Amino acid sequence: MSGIHVTTKINGDVVEYVCEADETLLDVLRNRLGLTGAKEGCSTGDCGACSVTVDGRLTCSCLVLGAEADGAEIGTIEGMADGEKLHPLQRKFLEHAALQCGICTPGILVAAKALLEKNPKPTETDVRFGLAGNLCRCTGYDKIVRAVMDAAQEMRRA
Amino acid sequence: MPLDSRPDTKRNFSVVGTRPLRPDGVDKVTGRAKFGADATAPGMLVGRILRSPHAHARIRKIDTSKAERLAGVKAIVTRDDFPDHSDGDAALYDVLYNIMAREKALYEGHAVAAVAAVDARTAREALKLIKIDYEVLPHVTDVDEAMKASAPVLHSTIFTDGVEPKPKKASNIVRRYEFGHGDVEAGFKKADIIVERTFKTEATHQGYIEPHACLANAGPDGQAELWVCTQGHFMVRDTCARLLGMDISKLRVTASEIGGGFGGKTTVFIEPVALALSRKANRPVKIVMSREEVFKATGPTASTSIDVKIGVTKDGRITAADAALRYQGGAFPGSPVEFGAMSAFACYDLENVRAVGYDVVTNRPKQAAYRAPGAPMAAFAVESVVEELAKKVGMAPIDFRIKNAAREGTKSSYGPTYGPIGLLPTLEKAKQHPHFKAPLGPNQGRGMACGFWFNFGGQTCVSLNINNDGTAALSVGTPDIGGSRASMCLMAAEELGIPYDKVRAIVADTSSLGYNDVTDGSRTTFATGMATILAARDASKKLTARAAQIWGIPAEAVTWEKGFAKPAGANAGNFPPLSIAEIAAQAGATGGPIAGHHEYSADGAGVSFATHICDAEVDPETGATKIVRYTVLQDAGKAVHPSYVEGQFQGGAVQGIGWALNEEYIYGKDGRLQNAGFLDYRIPVCSDLPMIDTVILEIPNPGHPYGVRGVGETSIVPPLAAIANAVSAAAGVRLISLPMSPPRILAALDRKAAAE
Repeated sequence: MSGIHVTTKINGDVVEYVCEADETLLDVLRNRLGLTGAKEGCSTGDCGACSVTVDGRLTCSCLVLGAEADGAEIGTIEGMADGEKLHPLQRKFLEHAALQCGICTPGILVAAKALLEKNPKPTETDVRFGLAGNLCRCTGYDKIVRAVMDAAQEMRRA
Repeated sequence: MPLDSRPDTKRNFSVVGTRPLRPDGVDKVTGRAKFGADATAPGMLVGRILRSPHAHARIRKIDTSKAERLAGVKAIVTRDDFPDHSDGDAALYDVLYNIMAREKALYEGHAVAAVAAVDARTAREALKLIKIDYEVLPHVTDVDEAMKASAPVLHSTIFTDGVEPKPKKASNIVRRYEFGHGDVEAGFKKADIIVERTFKTEATHQGYIEPHACLANAGPDGQAELWVCTQGHFMVRDTCARLLGMDISKLRVTASEIGGGFGGKTTVFIEPVALALSRKANRPVKIVMSREEVFKATGPTASTSIDVKIGVTKDGRITAADAALRYQGGAFPGSPVEFGAMSAFACYDLENVRAVGYDVVTNRPKQAAYRAPGAPMAAFAVESVVEELAKKVGMAPIDFRIKNAAREGTKSSYGPTYGPIGLLPTLEKAKQHPHFKAPLGPNQGRGMACGFWFNFGGQTCVSLNINNDGTAALSVGTPDIGGSRASMCLMAAEELGIPYDKVRAIVADTSSLGYNDVTDGSRTTFATGMATILAARDASKKLTARAAQIWGIPAEAVTWEKGFAKPAGANAGNFPPLSIAEIAAQAGATGGPIAGHHEYSADGAGVSFATHICDAEVDPETGATKIVRYTVLQDAGKAVHPSYVEGQFQGGAVQGIGWALNEEYIYGKDGRLQNAGFLDYRIPVCSDLPMIDTVILEIPNPGHPYGVRGVGETSIVPPLAAIANAVSAAAGVRLISLPMSPPRILAALDRKAAAE
């Protein structure tokens, strides 16, 4: 099998890899690049645990082929903090105890960041629909919604 | 300082009850935390499992010869690679049979062979080359159908236990249970009003977002290591060692971070298979389940069929309560009907009560525990009838419950007499809650329900090392499934008198610590927490002895107070207090490392009660239901980290909302699961829900030094009933089948219209 050569940017760094034609971006990130922050919960785009951004757009990386990332800019959870400084969403998730097991957390943070970039002043309903593609089975979402709204408020003040 | 575990209810806590950040938090918000599927090893192979497409079939022959010849295939295992080492242990034999089918495949998704290959593509190709000769047999998936004399029988070895005389004919009814006291028939004669109904609930899955995953590494020297997401790595070690005929000491199991479990990761599925493949290939083997495999081949909970009959006097006192509960737990014995029958009437003070349970097998995957296993369905049935009776006698449902509620001294329906319990306080608090007085909108209804769970203790072992800078390293053996390391650090810090962030807790692997039971039964904050407290007391006792040695006075003349050793009184001498860091720094000169530990079988887990209030809005056009307001009131004994206690209340309530409204295993006539994915098996999403209000009550558990009760499971017991009562009120018709999906609600509305 001949691989496909891909040049892409991940979290601002140029990355090159060779992948198979039927390999998903999620598999490339996890198995070839060691970026295991994106999780596989379903591989059908229903759970959002593998959420990344592709050219700024929120995407389930299980539904994109690795080959399709050629020339794109990918954002993953690993690129969310600025050095040792956590993103306000990451900090607020900890302060609000908005995670229990933590498996959905990377995907939800990526989705929440994408939401706040589009809508810096979301209502509770906006947050709930903005995160409707990300399943969490532990929290009942209450503390997640509070953390996102609190982070949005802090980011507006900054 | 006695190692006393009675609660000090007047204690002023310094850190317990605060809400610090969890120690594993940064790893989890940065993607750094390593879960089951995140591990790799050099030379690692990919393991894949071939599964039966048939609900019930005899396996005549398995031919792996073609697959073995495929380039890149390194090992194949079938039933022949799993000789029976169960030595008469029927439950272990069932686990063996469940992880790899033997003479028959008993459900769609039952493992029949497994392959380890150099990559996923090769492994998938190899599975297609394995030829299985099946003789398809008649199947049964419904619990009531499976109990009929005409039903296909799964096991020729099951002759119903618990009935006299013991049947001579094999059936699908594994066992009959009975709990209760008094004379139920006499009690019904005293009743003015009797309500009797039959309910059905569908099977649901725990729905943890992380599929099962493990990485096995076994060598020809007989030693092996296993990395796995599990609620109990000691259980995984012991079970795999027994299944594979290994010495327990030769298998070292490390628990990864775990992406949810809710009871579903309290047994083994892929782990022995990965070990067998690794042993055969002499290479590391990783197996990660797909979501479809999780639905079809792990353990959902039971589907049920339940009759409830309760009688009351005109003034609202229950005279008798009777229930028959039929739970199918999949293809092997062990449905949670025993817990269902024990817990069904546990909220009430009853003179005459009986609950009979039937454990039934069907051609479905073997059930696994799901949060308060067996109790939510029983509570759904009982609390629905209770609500109906209250209305018939003209009482507010909450007053009816207060009048009949179990309290301290009540003989419970399952036997023991209650000590101090929190049911009445949750009811009284609910009555005062603003939710109860809030007005309802059009098409809305309000419901409530109470729930009970036993809580467990179990075997536990904790080790706490004092580092030479005075910080503490705590090793526990119960996987942290929802923030328990934070609670452990809080309790250790409380006892040692040092700041929370001076304690670091880890989940130790099976070779580093003594045996620990699984993280289940809401036991970890209670049992591992108590072991942590007692280990810290053990350490502080040793610290005082070292201080005494430094001062040259008897150990009894030194006390431990808020992180310092102090002379017990003026007679002991005038020495400035020694901090934990000062004592630890001199450990080498005063006798070596200082450590506390505790090993025990924890007893005294306090039972737990909750009251839930729910407002639901039913759209009469579509049958769709929205939960518009939800409040949880639950007794936590003592909330060690209140944020994570609230999280347990909220998470349980929302799993209950999914169970009540959407979630169900849907089987076709062919016995195959039709909705094995998150699109068609719909768990609640963020936009389905309101905020979930919580009220924590603290009625101390006499069995724990701080009064802690388990909190994880009780929160899923009342929701099915609370929501059914709210939906029934909104729709004006009693809903008796779960889930209350739009088609079922529309059918109920049609029935109502036809009757009017």
